[in-house]
Amino acid sequence: MAFYDKIFETFGLTAWCGKGDESPMNMAQLLAQTRGEASAEASSGIPFPSLDNLNESCAAIPRTRDMTSGLEDAFLSVKDAMKVVLDPVTQPLSWALDGALWAFLATPWWILLPALFWLTWYVSRSVAVTVFVACSFLFLGFIDHLDAAIQTLSIIFVCTGLCVLFGVPIGILMAKSNTLQRAMIPLLDLLQTLPSFVYLIPLIFLFSVTESKLYGIAIIVYAIVPVIRLTDLGIRLVDKDVIEAANAYGMNARQKLLGVEIPLALPNIMAGVNQTIMMSLAMVVIASLVSAPGLGVLVLRGIRNLELGVGLVAGLGIVLLAVVLDRTTKAALARINVAHENG
Amino acid sequence: MANRTQVSIRGLYKIFGSNPDAALPQVLAGMGKEELLQEYDHVLGLKDINVDMQAGEITVVMGLSGSGKSTLIRHVNRLIEPTAGEIDIDGNNILGLSATELLRFRQTMMSMVFQKFALFPHRTVLQNAAMALEVRGEDISKREAEAHKWLERVGLGGYQNHYPYQLSGGMQQRVGIARALTSNSDIMLMDEAFSALDPLIRTDMQNLLLELQTELHKTIIFITHDLDEALKLADHLVILKDGAVVQQGEPQDILLNPADPYIEDFVGDINRARVLRVRSIMHPGEDGDHIAGDVDQNATLESVIELSAGNTQKNYRVCADGVPVGFLDMKELVKALVPARTNASRSRAAR
Ligand SMILES: Nc1ncnc2c1ncn2[C@@H]1O[C@H](COP(=O)(O)OP(=O)(O)OP(=O)(O)O)[C@@H](O)[C@H]1O
Ligand SMILES: [Mg+2]
Repeated sequence: MAFYDKIFETFGLTAWCGKGDESPMNMAQLLAQTRGEASAEASSGIPFPSLDNLNESCAAIPRTRDMTSGLEDAFLSVKDAMKVVLDPVTQPLSWALDGALWAFLATPWWILLPALFWLTWYVSRSVAVTVFVACSFLFLGFIDHLDAAIQTLSIIFVCTGLCVLFGVPIGILMAKSNTLQRAMIPLLDLLQTLPSFVYLIPLIFLFSVTESKLYGIAIIVYAIVPVIRLTDLGIRLVDKDVIEAANAYGMNARQKLLGVEIPLALPNIMAGVNQTIMMSLAMVVIASLVSAPGLGVLVLRGIRNLELGVGLVAGLGIVLLAVVLDRTTKAALARINVAHENG
Repeated sequence: MANRTQVSIRGLYKIFGSNPDAALPQVLAGMGKEELLQEYDHVLGLKDINVDMQAGEITVVMGLSGSGKSTLIRHVNRLIEPTAGEIDIDGNNILGLSATELLRFRQTMMSMVFQKFALFPHRTVLQNAAMALEVRGEDISKREAEAHKWLERVGLGGYQNHYPYQLSGGMQQRVGIARALTSNSDIMLMDEAFSALDPLIRTDMQNLLLELQTELHKTIIFITHDLDEALKLADHLVILKDGAVVQQGEPQDILLNPADPYIEDFVGDINRARVLRVRSIMHPGEDGDHIAGDVDQNATLESVIELSAGNTQKNYRVCADGVPVGFLDMKELVKALVPARTNASRSRAAR
């Protein structure tokens, strides 16, 4: 006799519940049985009206176990349909990631490193930052972590590039449409608060772990949020008077966007890109769980095999990479801000 | 110069709120701003505006803060859409323009100068001044030559490659004016263009505008809340209160014959001797005796008082370009210095 029997009886639901057909035991019952206790409710007074407890009185109510497996079945049943659409759409991402990895690794270090230093100089125009970046990479090379660092970097380049490619237009659309903004903000909040591991779960079902796009998608979905948010903010913050002047002189939407709004929102957009890069880096380390190459793999090896030294050195490499990326983008940002200073 | 109405505003109403069309009948039936706000939660921006603006003249729209000046001027280039009414420019109703026609119309017919300058902070002074031509798609050498010319004209020749933030407010507004002139449009809208400047710079800018105007004869719609500025610049003065026109006409007329106590209050503090001109108070004809000398019809009363050394017995002959057109009695002049009052306010003062 379960606790909630009477309630179902008073509402005359006994027939609906189909009492009598014996369902397999749930976890609590099993545990109680092995411990030799008479019944669960005897020890705890009123049991919480959870699915499992209600099921004891009424078999028509599903148990929690049924719910999770139902969810899984539902997911699996749409999986194939989703795969048909998602696979071809996301395939270029795999190519881009693999291509970039190959290109970065195939380039000899004496071409690659000077190219990276030049790029740093080009975006930051700061001697101090360039020298710091050079020292960091030379040090990573010296301790034989250059290849791993370059792999991580190439994934970040590809993913950040795609984040900007998709994030900036989405941000612009959000700035133009209050409805879209209201719809997007909860989604962005969700993406930003979900623990990064949770992203991986549905992706692992959808794609095989050997495909690069699996971690590519995880990184992009996780890291795209700041670019979208700050593009939206930046465009909304553009001085209303300046927009009015643009309108008064008959600028069309395209002239306004390219000539006024994007240039004036650029400091904010760049701040978003900076955050996106840092979040990509955080995610690429976690994505080593699903076969993303790079420094994360070494950290993972350190944890799995309890090789403390390997893990620590790889961790140091990640920190160094983070500082390098942060300093470089911040220097670029500072340069833009000076150009935009307006009293 | 022959007068030609370039901008004609007929029966213009503007109601701000979620459903202005529903509130319009109430306003047409005579509901005021306060009542409309309380009962319908709509703001009455403009109410039955009828103004004609002549080509080549400066029409000044004056009123206190919130009287609807900015709202009115933004209707002329349709930055704000009216709730009811008609706006004709050169005889065409601009409310009928399609979206692309409207862009073209703003590019070619209108320029605008803003209170807060509204320059593009990421562009140089030269690029800012050339903006209107860039929007029109002129090629770079032509537009920069044109922008250069007007920057020189407003006295900013050497600052072409500076950025707006490197300039003072007065200089930034010169760029704003150069930008408007470069567009070479007939109509110039100026929304409190000089209000953000300090008094000396402001006087400079007013003089610059008048000087340019004698040369260019643009149709200028100038907004201000400052009566001195209005009187200095206006060929035609429109006074707004709570979204409605309370009086419009020649500034001298308004000073001498204010239509209601609101305007009296407005004009009460003005130095009338410095603003009123001989032509506004002279008697036509030449029948005066004791003529003590000649004065020009556009001389200020102040200069005549100085000339007469304060002697109210004297009469003067008034000339236009050296031809006698009337005579001036010094006693009339002294009377004109006392602000005129309407009947309403006279009885208020008597109580
Ligand atoms: N977008 C709007 N929505 C609602 N009300 C508005 C809007 N724009 C203007 N108003 C109202 O219309 C009235 C006139 O405003 P407007 O800006 O034209 O005044 P103004 O004469 O230019 O004042 P100021 O000298 O302060 O610039 C004010 O009561 C204002 O609150
Ligand atoms: Mg205003």
